[in-house]
Amino acid sequence: MNENGSALRLEGVRKSFGSVEVLRGVDLDVGEHEVVCLIGASGSGKSTLLRCVNLLERIDAGRIFLEGDEITRRGVDVNAVRRRVGIVFQAFNLFPHMSVLQNVTLATTRVLHRPRAEAEAEATALLERFGLADKRDEYPDRLSGGQQQRVAIVRALAMQPELMLLDEVTSALDPELVGEVLNVIRELAETGMTMVVATHEMSFARDTANRVCFLDAGRILEQGSAEEIFTRPREARTRQFLERIIAAGRL
Amino acid sequence: MFFAIVVFVIVNSAGWPAVRKAFFDRKLFVDSFPEIAHAFLLNIRIFCIAEALILVFALGIAILRGLPGPVLFPFRLLAVLYTDLFRGIPTILVIYILGFGAPALQLSGVPNSPLFWGVTALVLVYSAYVAEVYRAGIESVHPSQEAASRSLGLSRAQTLRYVIVPQAVRRVIPPLLNDFIGLQKDSALVALIGPIEAFRQSQIDVAATFNYTPYMVTALLFILATIPLARLTDWLVARDRRRQSAGGQL
Repeated sequence: MNENGSALRLEGVRKSFGSVEVLRGVDLDVGEHEVVCLIGASGSGKSTLLRCVNLLERIDAGRIFLEGDEITRRGVDVNAVRRRVGIVFQAFNLFPHMSVLQNVTLATTRVLHRPRAEAEAEATALLERFGLADKRDEYPDRLSGGQQQRVAIVRALAMQPELMLLDEVTSALDPELVGEVLNVIRELAETGMTMVVATHEMSFARDTANRVCFLDAGRILEQGSAEEIFTRPREARTRQFLERIIAAGRL
Repeated sequence: MFFAIVVFVIVNSAGWPAVRKAFFDRKLFVDSFPEIAHAFLLNIRIFCIAEALILVFALGIAILRGLPGPVLFPFRLLAVLYTDLFRGIPTILVIYILGFGAPALQLSGVPNSPLFWGVTALVLVYSAYVAEVYRAGIESVHPSQEAASRSLGLSRAQTLRYVIVPQAVRRVIPPLLNDFIGLQKDSALVALIGPIEAFRQSQIDVAATFNYTPYMVTALLFILATIPLARLTDWLVARDRRRQSAGGQL
């Protein structure tokens, strides 16, 4: 931990796909135990931002620091970085050929080299904590979307990451399944997990986030407490976005 | 129904009595069976050894072909050239070239037996086909699977081994089996450079008796050999489906 307690810092991060510039200079500082929600329209760069932090995408310019270590310099061990950063995807991305338990223990046994018995005991405890104990030996396709996403969260948590990135984790779920996943994330927030959450769930952002960042066209246009962003947005684009969300009945 | 008509037409054709005598002689069938069955053990040895080697070798080729980045381009090129070459030449030519050419080089430490070179030729040819089957399987695994695996800190090699290849192999089991049945039948081609396997043995028997019944024996043996493999695949596919999917009839 460095002196200012910064868990994650982005400086001028830029990323293009072909001629499309998706991130156009993003600066962001996330403190220890902070929950930062990224909101913004589809295509505003939320997912790309998270994938860059996990080094799933190589950035074109700028720097990213994890606990003060620059993770975007040349020659950095990407696998070592990813061990410290958990990510959960919109489409769960569970391994369909493995049972729930195997999904959760794959990385702890193969990357952290935990003895199998120990890894399985830990995984079982985590699954129990998130109400999935009886699904331990099921295959992902037999679970509901909400259960699958909770398994994906457990899989990332099993690595005991310093930081969790959640990429629209409820967007692929039926409305009645959203709640169970959000409850898991709330519980994580209460345990002090540092999280960056890209989401369309505005009420979740309002209740749980320490800070809300509004992304627009590859930049963080405005950030502040949920209170500030949702009740007194400064930027016209933010107001416009929120009005549309309200009109859609999602706030 | 169609089958019944064909049988009816054949059995009532003018030449049927002669054909029946030449191809379906019961006594000859029983007499030639043990010898041909014994020779067929060689076929089984050939294709079992070849299949085991192909499974590994072809996967290596497919993985080489999928390597990323400009630095590894030579390896990709090598894999492409290999596949083009050995898929392009008729199997029988590869067997001839290796079977007669390789021993003539008189390399020390390399076996000279035609059997060795016959199996080698089959492995080389069928690996080219099977590598493409593997490649199709590997490419059918969604990139999000790789992302999920890498995001957990698994290396590229670990991702291939634990996430990509297991899913790819499950998906290509049926076409893989298809190639293996082809291989089992092509084990008869090794006879052309010397070894006496079932087909060669039946040729010898036919030449001695002027009756084609031994060919029917051989045909029957080949069919019998492919059935276990076919049922094994069905079982493997059904097992995966049962385990992984939500159940219920579609």
